Amino acid sequence: MSIALPAPDISRAITRIAHEICERNSGSQLVTLLGIPTRGAHLAQRLAAEIESITGNSVECGTLDITMHRDDLRLRAPRALAPTSIPPLGVEDRHVVLVDDVLFSGRTIRAALDALGEVGRPKTVQLAVLVDRGHRQLPIKADYVGKNLPTSPQQIIKVHLSELDGVDEVLLEEVAG
Amino acid sequence: MRHLLSIADLTKSDALSILNTAETLSRASDGPMKKLPTLRGRTIVNLFAEDSTRTRISFEAAAKRLSADVINFSAKGSSLSKGESLKDTAQTLQAMGADAVIIRHSASGAAHTLAQGQWMSGSVINAGDGTHEHPSQALLDAFTIRKHCAHGNDDLTGLRIAIVGDILHSRVARSNVLLLSMLGAHVVLVAPPTLLPIGVESWPVTISYDLDSVIESVDAVIMLRIQIERMTEMYLPSAGEYARFYGLNLDRLARMKTQSIVMHPGPMNRGLEISSESADSARSVIVEQVKNGVSVRMAILYLLLAGNQDLEVSL
Repeated sequence: MSIALPAPDISRAITRIAHEICERNSGSQLVTLLGIPTRGAHLAQRLAAEIESITGNSVECGTLDITMHRDDLRLRAPRALAPTSIPPLGVEDRHVVLVDDVLFSGRTIRAALDALGEVGRPKTVQLAVLVDRGHRQLPIKADYVGKNLPTSPQQIIKVHLSELDGVDEVLLEEVAG
Repeated sequence: MRHLLSIADLTKSDALSILNTAETLSRASDGPMKKLPTLRGRTIVNLFAEDSTRTRISFEAAAKRLSADVINFSAKGSSLSKGESLKDTAQTLQAMGADAVIIRHSASGAAHTLAQGQWMSGSVINAGDGTHEHPSQALLDAFTIRKHCAHGNDDLTGLRIAIVGDILHSRVARSNVLLLSMLGAHVVLVAPPTLLPIGVESWPVTISYDLDSVIESVDAVIMLRIQIERMTEMYLPSAGEYARFYGLNLDRLARMKTQSIVMHPGPMNRGLEISSESADSARSVIVEQVKNGVSVRMAILYLLLAGNQDLEVSL
């Protein structure tokens, strides 16, 4: 087990992504951040705080639970649901930035696009992830990446955030055998 | 959890996971009603060998909001009324590829027989069997009580809940006694002695024959339906007397605690166990119970059908 991304790197990555989101969308007036529970929701809140300190304006931030839209529900044990909270201005005609911790197969994001389609029709949908570890199974690409981590499919990436785990770090674990 | 046959089969954490899932689903549906793709391609059969409107419609609405295909199979006009056995019916449903069967039957234990019979591989959900249990009703009642009375607590610890009326014949009462006491509530059964079952002393409840002495101290009161035919079966002297001693009228309503709620599983006999004014009062959450029923049944279907039951539950 090794630390792939220590706390200062995570913090710098979030700051950089916040700047990139403002740059791409000419500020944050039309931006809505939607975090995918559990850790994506906390990352979205950190991004929102960072964008607010850059622009001085508050930014719309919520959560989007995608469990009911997954295509692998039948392959796993029953999952608990997480809350969805769409901010007051909704998603209609907004630049929605989906936020998640790890981008891997792309199936979570596909489910998120479906879930988002039920809510409304954003002007654009963008994707911000803390770690892109490759091995996509669908034609999905992130717009903002904290760190590209080349991995083998057998390795396990664990993201720890201080809100939930007491510490900020991204771990890379080898699976024996 | 593969089947939902009775509250007695559930652990407290099973029950809480159903309530919590229902709460997430009900908050998500506060906006425009959205259809979720979760059970697309799954077939759910409503097998109702006994009359029911709201339970059947509620399960049907829940299944359809999760995009399942629903087949309704009611006693009238089906081969059940021609005397087909439960086994033959089950094998027919299996051959049609039913992923779940929701069964209402007049025989206590019918759902259990269907689940244990090895005649079909799908999940069995008990929607009321004889005078035994009606677990989904108890879950929606607990959900409604928790929402109004639990002050943000996870369970119902410290609450006093009265169940009033025909306890003897009520599967709703049996399931509620088990569930509400498991969740930490203190249950008081209020009924005339003729409408209490033998062995009720061993239930985890307090028993009273006097509604007036109980009504002031409870956080929620569940009024049970009195079936008119009980009058002719000599359980009760007259409808008027029952209404006077055990009915919820305006006078009793006025003596209830300020935050307390009035519940009824339906269908109501207005003027018998509950007066019209009480049923329509601000304390009454009877219509909300129906709404909560859909969320709770969505949660049940989701937890039983969406995942792979052979894997360990990770809730």
